[in-house]
Amino acid sequence: MTGTSVLFDAPGPRARRISLILSIVALLLILGLLVWIVSLLAAPRSSGGISLPGMFDGTRWNIFGDPQVWVFISEGIIATLQAAAVAGVGAIVLGIGLSLMRSSTIAWVRIPTAWLIEFLRGMPVLLMMLFILLIASTGAFWAVVIALILYNGTLIGEILRAGLVALPRGQREAALSVGMREFQSKMLVEFPQAFRQMLPIIIAQLVVLLKDTSLGYIVGYNEIIRTNINNLGSYYGNRYLFSLFVVTLAIYLAINLSLSWFARWLSRRTASGGKGRRPRGPVTDPTNPAAILEVEAKADLAESRRGRNSSAAG
Amino acid sequence: MEQLWSLMPEFWEGFKVTLLLLVVSGVSALILGTLIAAMRISPVASLRAFAAFWVEIARNTPLTLVFIFTAFVLPMLGVRAPYIILAFIALTYYTSPFIAEALRSGINGVPIGQAEAARSIGLGFGQTVSLVVLPQAFRMTVPPLINVFIALTKNTSVAGGFFVVELFATTRQLANDNGNIVLQILFTAAALYLVITIPLGYFAGQLEKRWVVRR
Repeated sequence: MTGTSVLFDAPGPRARRISLILSIVALLLILGLLVWIVSLLAAPRSSGGISLPGMFDGTRWNIFGDPQVWVFISEGIIATLQAAAVAGVGAIVLGIGLSLMRSSTIAWVRIPTAWLIEFLRGMPVLLMMLFILLIASTGAFWAVVIALILYNGTLIGEILRAGLVALPRGQREAALSVGMREFQSKMLVEFPQAFRQMLPIIIAQLVVLLKDTSLGYIVGYNEIIRTNINNLGSYYGNRYLFSLFVVTLAIYLAINLSLSWFARWLSRRTASGGKGRRPRGPVTDPTNPAAILEVEAKADLAESRRGRNSSAAG
Repeated sequence: MEQLWSLMPEFWEGFKVTLLLLVVSGVSALILGTLIAAMRISPVASLRAFAAFWVEIARNTPLTLVFIFTAFVLPMLGVRAPYIILAFIALTYYTSPFIAEALRSGINGVPIGQAEAARSIGLGFGQTVSLVVLPQAFRMTVPPLINVFIALTKNTSVAGGFFVVELFATTRQLANDNGNIVLQILFTAAALYLVITIPLGYFAGQLEKRWVVRR
């Protein structure tokens, strides 16, 4: 249903005119709303008889001329990226382990792993952070990182498992027939392909991970929001809260949007890539949150089908 | 164990607030998200662009930052509201793009041949959409939507960091007050979240498997 044009006849001159008018009216409405919000923000406000300048007044933004402020802000950015990088690598490693255990042929490895995954997935990451902070008393950085590893590791594990299941059966059979062990076939033949197929979804999940480092704000890790809003905010006073918020938002959007676009670009490349015959990418939009659910369901289904076939054969 | 039992009323109070957050923000996000999705597929170009912009910005903003806006920046701008209302606003805003995307991918998931077939037997736009496309899209949309609500359930815990005493904030308080049974308190809280999320997840998985088969 990508071409919605099939839903109606090609618009004639009258329909095109109406559509254009509607488009302009909607545009004006949106612009009007924006102008209204901006003017509200720009208006000077009075509190307790004292008149304060509007939100776009220079006196609310002048701290950003001070290089020392940017040193602080970049420390926050680095703290966020550090937590995200460590957690990202850890989550991928855990994900590989979990996907192997989850697709193991031994039932008493496979089934408890499935339970563990359900348990970790159903819990808020924030609660996990509190858990680690209180039980293991690791300090805020490791509480954030370990909770993110556990949570995202389960999801990446499920994504990789789906990638493994989606591979043509012949890959494994060929590997086994040239004398590889079960484990060798997994690591040398199946995994690299599954990883490549699922890379766009994994990157999209890493964006989620990066966003979730901001939960460190609540458990006391000095990442970017805490640095900007709490530390700088309380140092320079409430007057700069709005501008600090805007700067923080801009930084987050810049990082996340570029990563999301990268995931989509990669997905398009994997989907259409090269001249040769390539399987279609696993999902159309890797950044869609429904993507994980979709590949998981496909994997479950394929597994149960295989189970039935092999038991019928055996 | 007895000590843990005696804390149950407090857990229940927190759990009720979590449920309230889930239901109110869930319903309002569903309404807002549907509106955004409708804009996203509408023939009016400026509405489409606005909806795409909304989805992209809202989806890439961390929830904590949204809460910073509603809990700190809005009051500074002169908005006076109880913190739970501000939490509703934050969760609704944050969840709306995920709803919109789930709905849109449901509609995109209906094979184009369905609409072509409907058109070729002479159905108009309204009939094609209401009789052929939407019934199929709806079925495909339910599992991802449930998944969005599971995520929302877990996200309500962030409100606990911003002055709303729901399950997470209650747990943190109880763990501070009862140092000897911290582990039990944390597991109780986890169980209360799982009571909501696991059945929902199971349900979504079952539905998803059904429609994967049919395709």
